[in-house]
Amino acid sequence: MTDELVTIEVDGRELKAKPGTMLIDVTDAAGINIPRFCYHKKLSVSANCRMCLVEVEKVPKPLPACCTPVNEGMKVSTRSPMALGAQKGTMEFLLINHPLDCPICDQGGECELQDVAVGYGSDVSRYSEAKRVVPQRDIGPLIATDFTRCIHCTRCVRFGAEIAGVRELGATGRGEHMTIGTFVEKSVDSEMSGNVIDLCPVGSLTAKPSRYKARAWELTQHDSVAPHDSVGSNIHVHTRNNRVVRVHPKENESINEIWLSDRDRFSYEGLNSEDRLTQPMVRKNGEWQEVEWQEALEFAVKGLQSAAGSDGDQLATLVSANSTLEELYLAQKLTRGMDSGNIDHRLRQSDFRLDGNDSPVPGLGITIQGIESLDAALLVGSNVRKEQPIIAHRLRKAAKSGAKVSFINPLWIDLHFEADQFVSTPAVMVDNLASIAKAASAKLTGNLAKLVKAAEVSETAKSVAEQLKSANNGVIMLGNQAAAHPDYSLLVVLASAIAEATNTSLSYIPALSNSVGAALAGALPHRGPAASLVEKCGANAQMMQSKPRKAYLLMGAEPGFDFWDPSLINSALDQAECVVALTAYHSESLASCADVMLPIAGFAETSGTLVNAEGTWQSFNGLVKPQGDARPAWKVLRVLGNLLDIDGFDQNSSDDVLEELKSHAAETAIDNSVSTKTAGELNSSTEGLYRIGDVPMYASDALVRRASSLQRTNSAEPAAVRLSANQAKSSDVEEEETLVVVQDGNRAQLPLIIDPRVPDGAVWISSALPGTEKLGGQFGVVTLEKA
Amino acid sequence: MKILNNPLQARNKEEIFSEEIRQDIDCWIAKYPPEWKQSAVMAALRIMQDDNGGWLTTELMDDVAEYLDMSPIHVYEVATFYSMYELKPVGKHKICICTNIACMINDSDSIVKHLKKKLEIGFGEVTEDGRFSLKEVECLGACGGAPMFQIGRKYYENLTPQVVDSILDGLE
Repeated sequence: MTDELVTIEVDGRELKAKPGTMLIDVTDAAGINIPRFCYHKKLSVSANCRMCLVEVEKVPKPLPACCTPVNEGMKVSTRSPMALGAQKGTMEFLLINHPLDCPICDQGGECELQDVAVGYGSDVSRYSEAKRVVPQRDIGPLIATDFTRCIHCTRCVRFGAEIAGVRELGATGRGEHMTIGTFVEKSVDSEMSGNVIDLCPVGSLTAKPSRYKARAWELTQHDSVAPHDSVGSNIHVHTRNNRVVRVHPKENESINEIWLSDRDRFSYEGLNSEDRLTQPMVRKNGEWQEVEWQEALEFAVKGLQSAAGSDGDQLATLVSANSTLEELYLAQKLTRGMDSGNIDHRLRQSDFRLDGNDSPVPGLGITIQGIESLDAALLVGSNVRKEQPIIAHRLRKAAKSGAKVSFINPLWIDLHFEADQFVSTPAVMVDNLASIAKAASAKLTGNLAKLVKAAEVSETAKSVAEQLKSANNGVIMLGNQAAAHPDYSLLVVLASAIAEATNTSLSYIPALSNSVGAALAGALPHRGPAASLVEKCGANAQMMQSKPRKAYLLMGAEPGFDFWDPSLINSALDQAECVVALTAYHSESLASCADVMLPIAGFAETSGTLVNAEGTWQSFNGLVKPQGDARPAWKVLRVLGNLLDIDGFDQNSSDDVLEELKSHAAETAIDNSVSTKTAGELNSSTEGLYRIGDVPMYASDALVRRASSLQRTNSAEPAAVRLSANQAKSSDVEEEETLVVVQDGNRAQLPLIIDPRVPDGAVWISSALPGTEKLGGQFGVVTLEKA
Repeated sequence: MKILNNPLQARNKEEIFSEEIRQDIDCWIAKYPPEWKQSAVMAALRIMQDDNGGWLTTELMDDVAEYLDMSPIHVYEVATFYSMYELKPVGKHKICICTNIACMINDSDSIVKHLKKKLEIGFGEVTEDGRFSLKEVECLGACGGAPMFQIGRKYYENLTPQVVDSILDGLE
C-alpha cells in the first residue's frame, strides 16, 4: 500500500483518504453521518449489526461502511434508495426483539437505538409475533443489566477482550437464543468495567448507582477532572437540582482517550455520604458542638496562635495531595507565614533521607500518551493496574505492540498484559534492583556501590538490564508501593543510576491526583513554590509525627486512613494542644483527635486546578453548591490567613490564587533528576514477618472510601491477614482463623486468608481499611498471635 | 488473545487433565500455529465431552479454558453455539433425529412420534434408565437416505418404525 491518497465520492462530495481506510472512518472525518451500532472507533470491526449499509457504485448489494475499504474512484451513496431501504430494513429487524420500553429505560433520551430509529427506521412495525425475553442477570453493583433490550452489537464483549484485557462478558447461544452475559453467576470485576455503560448503544447496560435518578434531558453537563489517581482523567459531571447525578468520561485523546476507571466514574457517590460535615464544629470541654463559622475560625486561630504563635516550629501542616493546587499553595503560604517550615503532602512516605537530593518535581517525565510507544519498562513497587488504571491501559497497549515490561514488587499482581514479575519481600526488592544495577554497570558511590558490588547478578536481572539497554524508548517507573517503601531513597537512587546506565529515563507514577501539583505549590518542608529549595528546611511528614508538635493543621486527610503509620499520627495528634482539621467528612478518625473541624467543599463543589502525572495543569469550576455550610478550602485558608494577620491573603477567587502561583511556577516542568549516587543503610529487614501494606484501589482517599457502590464490589475486600500457604504452615496458622496482628505494640484482630500472591517471609495487610486504622506503618515487622 | 492472570494461581498444565487426554488435545493443538492454540477448543471440548459420558460441565469447560489459555467465557460461547455440545446429561445413546425439509417430506414426523412413544420421552429428555436421549437436529447431510438419525458416530438412514425398533433393540 502506498502513502498516496485516493479520491472517493460520497453523496456527490469528493473526499481524499488513505487507501485501505474503512469507509465509515472517512465519512466520519468528513462529517457525513452513517448510522451504526456495532462499529466503534476504539474497538475492532465486527460488522454484525448491518446498520451502516451504503450503496457503492458497480456493487450489486449494499455494503457495510465499517468494513469496506476505500479505493480510488469509489462512488458511495449513503442516502440512495438502495441505501435507505437497506438501513430501514435493518432497523426493522433490530427492533423485532427490542422491547420498546423506552419510558422506563434509563437510556431513554440518550439512546443510539432511539435516535437511529427516528432517523432511519419506519414509523410502524409490521411484526406482531411474540418478542424474546431474557431473564434478569446481576453482574455486580455498578452495572444494571436488561438484556432483553440487547441488539447484540457485541461492543461490550469486544471492550473486555481488547481494552479491559479481561473477557468477562460474552455472547452465548446462537441465533435468536444468543444472549450477552457471564454465563455463570458472576460479577464483572474489571477496574474499567463502567465503560461498557457508555459503549452500549441501547439500555442493556446502564449505570446502577444512578439508575432511575434522572432523565438525560434533565441533567446539566459540566466539564471537570477526576480527583483520584494522577492521570487526571477528563470527565463530564452531570448535575440536577444541585446534586451530582453521575460522571461520564470526556474525550481527551492525550489523557484518558474515551475511557474512565470505575473509581473515577462512581466515586461521586461519596459526596452525598451521610457523614458529610456540613457545619463547623469545635470541641468544648471534650464535647463536639456545632458552631457558626465566625466562632469556629476564631477558635482555630486562637488555638494555633497559643500553641505555635511564638515558636513556628510547633506548627505542623499535613495536607492530602488530592487537594487542589490553590489549596496546597495557600496551606504552605499560611504555614510559612506563621514562621514554620513544617508542611508536607507525602503522608504515605516514610523514608525522607533523599530530601534535598530528591527529584524536584517528580512525575512521569513522558506524556501519558507516550507510554504507548515505550519499548521497555521496569516498574518498581507498583500495582499500576489498580492504582492508575489508565496508565496501565497505555502500558498494555505498549506491551501488546512488543514492549518488554517487568515488575519488581512485594506482591504478585494480576495483570492484563504480558510482563515479567520479580516478587520478593521488601528488603529483597532492593537487592533485586541492585542486581539489575550491577548487570547494567550502573555507577553508584558509597553505601550503594557496596550494595551493588555485593549483589548477585541473576539471569533475570541480566535480561532486564539488556531489555532496558537495547530499548530506544525505555523507562524505569517508581509506583505507589515504592514511595511507601522504608528504603525509598535507595530505590530512587538505584533506579536513577540504572536509568543513566541504560540510557532510559527515570519516571515516577505519582499516587494522588495532585501529587505533582503539591510539589509545584511548595507543599514540602524542603522546597517552596516552583520546587525551589528553601533556606530553612522544615520537618517532613515523618518528623512532624515522631516528634509531636503542639499545633496541627490537617487538610483533606483522615489520620486512621491517609497516613503511612496511623498509630504514629494518632499519638502525635493526641499529644497536641490544638488540631485544626479542614475536612469534608465528620469521620470518627478525626473526631477523636481534632479540636476544630472546618467543613470544606468536596469534589465538584469547588473550583481549582490539578496537575497530573505528566505535568498538565487542568482547572475546573465548582459545579454544585457545597453541602450545608461547607466552604471551598482555599476560602477557609484565606480567611485563616487574614485572621492570623499574615500578608498576602487577599485573593478574591481561586483564579487569583492560581495566578499568584503561576507567577512562580508556570514554567516549572517535571524534573526527575536525582543529585546523588548514594543513599543510607537498608531499613527494611529480612528478619521476622514483614508487613506489606498496600492501599487498595477503593480505599485511596476519603471520597472513594464513602462511595457505597464501589464499596460493594468484589475489589473492595475487607481487611485481612494474607499469607502464602508455606508461610502459614511455618507460622502454624490456618485459613479463616482470626489472628491478632501485633505491630509496634498496636494490635488488630483480622481473619487469615491464604493467598499465593504473597512471598514467603511477608504478610500482606492492606492499609486504609477499617480494622487497620490502629496498626503501625505500611511496611514493618509484625507478629501474629492466635486470637 | 492470551489472558494473563496471576501466574501463581494458575495450575500446572499437567495437573489439569490426565496424561491420555492431554496427549489427545496436544495432538490437536499441534495442528495450529502456537499463537493460535485456542483453535483447538472445539476438539478439546469434544474430547472432554466424550470422556464425561456425552456432556460438558462448567468445570470441564473451565479446565479447557485454562489448558488453552483462554478466558472461560470464550469457551462457554463456543460450547453454547454449537449444537453437538451437550450442557446437560444425556443418555448412553444420544439419538439425533433430523427434521429438516428432506427428512420432513419423507415423514420424519412419524419416526419422531414413534421414538417419543417408544422411549416415553420428549426432545431434550433422557429415559429413566439413562439409556437413551432424544434430540431434534438440523440437516446432517444425508438427505439421500431420508428420514435419518444419528446415534453416537453412526448414521442410520431410510428409517421406518420397524427399522427404528430393530436398531434400538440391537444397541447395548
